[in-house]
Amino acid sequence: MKARIVSAFLLSLLMLCAPAFAQQGPDELVKNVTEEVLSIVRSDKDIQSGNAQKTNALIEQKVLPHFDFMHMTALALGRDWAKASPEQQKKLSSEFQALLVNTYSNALSTYKHQTINYKPFRMAANQTDALVRTEIRQPGGAPVQLDYRLEKQGNSWKVYDVIVGGISLVTNYRDTFAQEVRNAGIDGLIQSLAAKNKQIAAGRQK
Amino acid sequence: MKPVFIGNLRKLAAFVAAASLLALSGCATTTTASAPNPNDPAEDFNRAMFAVNDVLDAAVLRPAAVVYDEATPLPVKAATGNFFGNLGELWVAANNLMQGHVEDAFSDLGRFFVNTTVGIGGAFDIASEVGLEKHSKDFGQTMGVWGADEGAYVFWPILGPRTARDTAGLIVDGIADPLWYYRDVPVRNSLLGVRLVDTRARLLPVDAIVEQASLDRYSYIRDSYLQMRRSSISGQGADGAADRPLPVFSPTP
Repeated sequence: MKARIVSAFLLSLLMLCAPAFAQQGPDELVKNVTEEVLSIVRSDKDIQSGNAQKTNALIEQKVLPHFDFMHMTALALGRDWAKASPEQQKKLSSEFQALLVNTYSNALSTYKHQTINYKPFRMAANQTDALVRTEIRQPGGAPVQLDYRLEKQGNSWKVYDVIVGGISLVTNYRDTFAQEVRNAGIDGLIQSLAAKNKQIAAGRQK
Repeated sequence: MKPVFIGNLRKLAAFVAAASLLALSGCATTTTASAPNPNDPAEDFNRAMFAVNDVLDAAVLRPAAVVYDEATPLPVKAATGNFFGNLGELWVAANNLMQGHVEDAFSDLGRFFVNTTVGIGGAFDIASEVGLEKHSKDFGQTMGVWGADEGAYVFWPILGPRTARDTAGLIVDGIADPLWYYRDVPVRNSLLGVRLVDTRARLLPVDAIVEQASLDRYSYIRDSYLQMRRSSISGQGADGAADRPLPVFSPTP
């Protein structure tokens, strides 16, 4: 009974929030999500000490809903994307997602003394593509640019690329992916990605 | 005896023929399977250097960086980074000037004077706090802005990834590096050592990320380096990119 009341309350809260979230622009979205995630990281000793399970759970809950992994995978594969069957595309995208989440999770646990600066964002003429620019300031070093590319889908904005210091995380895989596909086909690439993710998971259980 | 010898000779001939056929087919498969990457014509050499660097790094530089990182309190690390950054500030200003960023060059000069004086010899980055942003510029980038081709990608042990152009740039950066002109050789060498270890220590968090993110560490580092350098020259970072229209992407390129 109690659980039901709680869940009903949560649901109504969600419904209240939903339109508010739908309205927010790409820059607000990036800022809200970043601030929320970082405030959780700052207050969570487990995440700071590198608890990957907890970090991954945080990312899955707060960050993933705002990413479009199909789009990201398509960009990383480039021309080869069209050669993959819908089934293969799905597998590629889910393996690539796991890899990026693991990477992001690792990066998040190294977050310590940095502060984030939000810079003016840019919108493409068609109003459905945006570049949100932020900057990480760190003691003793030059600031690092951290930019997000977002696309408008219906009422919400979805991130499809993250650019760190001029390095697009998605296009950075292009050459490697193309090489894998050339050597072992789409299925070969799926296998390599799956093996990599398994290896990361195994390393974590030690 | 003779027939045996001839028999052996025949065997030898057959063996040589088979071996050369194998070698030929081997050549054929290697050339088709790994057509040279246009971004990395010297890949075999680079991968060998990459392996050498891994050994050197694991044996010397990384352990030193780990000890330094763990033993040094954050304010000291920040001050160390600030100090060496400040030493390079005038050269950053010069590069900004050579690239035509006059305003940034003056801002760098301002940074140098503020941090050298108020920031006590560069230990504190007061300039950043009053809004004079830190830039990172080097001569390889300046040559790129002038239109010099990046040339072949090269991986150097200890120095890490560079292009041919950036290797030349690195030499000029070295000539412009005030630390090399310090007269007291033992002090100079210690400072160079601390700077190297401090630089390596700043890359420690990146190690784990690259290890995890990459299917192939070598090409991940190469592609990151090339992307970073190209964007810092063509787009002049995110600031220059702001002037260009945003391309529209479709999910199926």
